[in-house]
Amino acid sequence: MASNPGILDNVAREPGVAKPDPILAIEGVRRSFGGLQAVSVERLEIQRGTITSLIGPNGAGKTTLFNLLTGFDHPQEGHWHLNGGALVGVPSFRVARLGMVRTFQLTKSLARLTVLENMLVAAKDQVGESFWGGLFGRWRQIEAANEARAMTSLQRFGLDHMADEYAGSLSGGQRKLLEMARALMVEPEVIMLDEPMAGVNPVLTESLLGHISALRDEGKTVVFIEHDMDVVQEISDWVVVMSQGGVIAEGPPAHIAANHDVIDAYLGLHHGEKP
Amino acid sequence: MDWLKILIDAGRAAVGVPAAAYALSAMGLNLQFGYTGLLNFGHVASMMVGAYGMAITVDRGGSLWLGVVVGIILALILGLLLGIPTLRLRADYLAIVTIAAGEILRLIVRSSWAEPLTKGILGIQSFADEFHDLNPIPVGLYGLGRFRFDERTVWVMMLGWGLVTVVALFMWKLTRSPWGRTIRAIREDEDAALSLGKNVFGYKLQSLMVGGAIGALAGMFLAIDQQNVTPDTYIPLLTFYAFTVVILGGPGTLLGPITGSMIFWFLFKLLDGFMTDAILNGWFFGWFEATDIGPIRFALFGMGLMWLMIFRPQGLFGSHEEMLIDGQ
Amino acid sequence: MPNYARRTLHTRLRSVFLAAIAFLAVIAMPLVAFAENETIGGTLEKIDADDREAVAGVTITVEQAGAVVGTAESDQNGDWEIPVPGAGEYVVRLNVDSLPDGVALTDPERFELPAVSVRADQNKTARFNLGPGLVSGVSTWNRVGSLFVIGLKLGAIIALSSVGLSLVFGVTGLVNFAHGDLVTLGAVSAYLFSSSSIGPGWHILIAAIPAILLVAGFGGLQEAALWRPLRRRSTGLVALIVVSIGLSFVIRYGILVAFSGLPRPYRNYAIQNDMHILGITTVPKNLAIIGFTVTVLALIGLFLTRTKLGTAMRAVADNADLAESSGIDVSRVILVTWVVGAGLAGLGGVMFGISEQVQWDMGAKLLLLIFAAVILGGLGTAFGAMLGGFVVGVAIEMSTLVIPVEFKTAVALGILVVMLLVRPQGLLGTKERIG
Repeated sequence: MASNPGILDNVAREPGVAKPDPILAIEGVRRSFGGLQAVSVERLEIQRGTITSLIGPNGAGKTTLFNLLTGFDHPQEGHWHLNGGALVGVPSFRVARLGMVRTFQLTKSLARLTVLENMLVAAKDQVGESFWGGLFGRWRQIEAANEARAMTSLQRFGLDHMADEYAGSLSGGQRKLLEMARALMVEPEVIMLDEPMAGVNPVLTESLLGHISALRDEGKTVVFIEHDMDVVQEISDWVVVMSQGGVIAEGPPAHIAANHDVIDAYLGLHHGEKP
Repeated sequence: MDWLKILIDAGRAAVGVPAAAYALSAMGLNLQFGYTGLLNFGHVASMMVGAYGMAITVDRGGSLWLGVVVGIILALILGLLLGIPTLRLRADYLAIVTIAAGEILRLIVRSSWAEPLTKGILGIQSFADEFHDLNPIPVGLYGLGRFRFDERTVWVMMLGWGLVTVVALFMWKLTRSPWGRTIRAIREDEDAALSLGKNVFGYKLQSLMVGGAIGALAGMFLAIDQQNVTPDTYIPLLTFYAFTVVILGGPGTLLGPITGSMIFWFLFKLLDGFMTDAILNGWFFGWFEATDIGPIRFALFGMGLMWLMIFRPQGLFGSHEEMLIDGQ
Repeated sequence: MPNYARRTLHTRLRSVFLAAIAFLAVIAMPLVAFAENETIGGTLEKIDADDREAVAGVTITVEQAGAVVGTAESDQNGDWEIPVPGAGEYVVRLNVDSLPDGVALTDPERFELPAVSVRADQNKTARFNLGPGLVSGVSTWNRVGSLFVIGLKLGAIIALSSVGLSLVFGVTGLVNFAHGDLVTLGAVSAYLFSSSSIGPGWHILIAAIPAILLVAGFGGLQEAALWRPLRRRSTGLVALIVVSIGLSFVIRYGILVAFSGLPRPYRNYAIQNDMHILGITTVPKNLAIIGFTVTVLALIGLFLTRTKLGTAMRAVADNADLAESSGIDVSRVILVTWVVGAGLAGLGGVMFGISEQVQWDMGAKLLLLIFAAVILGGLGTAFGAMLGGFVVGVAIEMSTLVIPVEFKTAVALGILVVMLLVRPQGLLGTKERIG
């Protein structure tokens, strides 16, 4: 399944285990709000070119960890590296430029920009994006190239017919798709999706899953937060389980489904809810 | 009540010098508020800094044109100083600091400490002779009937609407570029822009500074017309006039500030003329006297601003579609 | 949201406008007259205990809309007079530099009367209060101590006025730019009940009660008729702030029409003799204001920490969603916050009026100091606002020891900017709500 299949086969199934070729390595990251320890991750490595799901009950610190890793929040201590480069204290916009882009749990579509503009704004290295470049630069050529790329991507996500509509007029599911497509315009190496399936209807969920697998097949690394275990089982190469701010288990999906700690901390609750 | 006179006076105001000045000032604010979503409540400070920068330069023996450059540079510096502490924080912090800074700056300009430079409360006069001496228009009245302007006013109007045209072209180029698209993205959602690798703080700072420089142009233009700068001209009210103009015309639109300003001054003079006549004719049962016209006008202005912001946030002619999106 | 629901909100908001217009119309009933020959004049006297002495050679300027109307110098009898072009509002200013040695304004800030309103055919009297200067014969301790007391008094007024702004921000996220005008409304209402010719003429301390209730009620009305419907429409923060600016104009200029631009003192406590205590010279009302305010703030503190409603208010301010899910009626808490906050602002206005005079834009001028106080203390925290109020008040007054008096409000801006750079969440605030 993975772009380099079987690479995780010989990795031990224990929290904090080292990966053969980690693109992202986290060490001793801690964040507390008031007296509450929101995140406390001793060690976590993310394998390049895989789909890693981050699961755990509400309040386990998954989104906070995303915020910390992408520079939207700052930890009290700890450090983490992307491709070997330290990311501590790097502002969020620079994290994105370094190749790690995130989406948000509550979709942030730029409502009064058209769908196409939403895509174009995300493109990297635009000459016309600087003040003087915008006024006097020759940006039309780059713009045309970006537009072509954006339209291809919109087509892939089934949004091309909406290109000239305001993003604010899209449905919730379409916005999720747009947000993912827009994140890809940044040409990231790592894409971090915060509950991409939440509030999306089943048909769209299938196509979203297809897109996520396709990303991995193109060599990108995907980390995503998800609650639905079926989804996680279906597409993940590796699953990381968080509870009360820390990583309590990691391993391939099948291993996690059988792990008692996980069932206690998380799955048990969900199974109890199911009819 | 002489309706024709009131209407013609209102029409004159809609194309006159103040309308041009406010179109300019509102274009600067529109870049900040309409396109970038910045709540700059101290826009009047840019106007003041521009006007004083120019007047002081001339007063100290510089040329008017050097003064214009000085005014613009000072406005850029002001934007930088106000932006650095506030633009990383929520929108309201910028509003608080800018409105405070505007007032404090006015206090400093009128103080006896700054008097050697600013001439205190009396201000500086007659610094724009260079411009008025260039007037090629023969002495006379131009226009039809009551709708007439003298040669001096026509010359100033030419400058004003000329500046409006130049700035509008500049804004057209700027806002249609990827830079303009990025600041609109920031207006819609800062975090989204950050997550896409945009240096939000840098863009906001640029927008604040450039908008301020345009505001300074407006201030200089008004000062050139009046040949007079005094500190107490630059009260916070002027900022809110500009806000009303921007919202009337439609925030984040290229021509909004221009139509907004014309409508604003038309309504303003209409109301003024109506109130004056109505009070003279005793229409309000003697409740109000002539001195109340000013305050009543400002109270109505406040209501108008509230009404606009609540019911027509996309401007009088704003698209219905955009309005619906805004409500979500 | 269905269309009809939206229409009822529109209708409700419209009725607020109509009510506001009616409010303006009913309370504004001055008289009309037309004629010529208006002047502004006065007599300058230095009053030192029971001694009166004419002050000659002082320059006075009258301005309108930024343009100088006339200038005069007081004569041997201290008299001066300046003809003005007609009825209207003028700014009258005394040139402090032209005062002879040993003579100073009793209130160094009142070198300018910002809104002297002249009726048709009126020879208006404009008054400047002069006394012996503080320059000679006053010990440093007395000077520092007196300024400290004045600072505490100003701080008390700021603190009272700030708590409401901060709490309302806490529970709704709105920075209300019309909050300063609630302060004015309190002061003016108390004037109506105590000192106005059309009022019942009660003692100011009695008159303060209906005045505070009126402002509190107005705060509740604002929330119910304007802010709550706007929140339900999920109007953005930026739009709400602009609406509050519009509202501030309506209130402020409504008051100007009704009250006129003339600063007026209350009947009681307007003039008090100096008292000497611990080597400090001050007036008794300053100490009374400080003592009374501290008591009120302590009671508010107890209310916030000891009562169910108070803790609910703080819970909503901390995290509205969490409070809602734990069974707190958030809407009601917000309404109560508005009522309490506005009432406190009204009380602040009465104190301000007793301390100085009542004027149509007194609250708007105080607003900058209120902002400085709440940001210093931490937006959204009641105790922060109290602490911030006193610190700002004392800092402003004490600053006059080292910088010119005309710059003292700049100190507030300085505090604001430094705080935002160093610790934007304020002394007592938490970091989460600023970003």
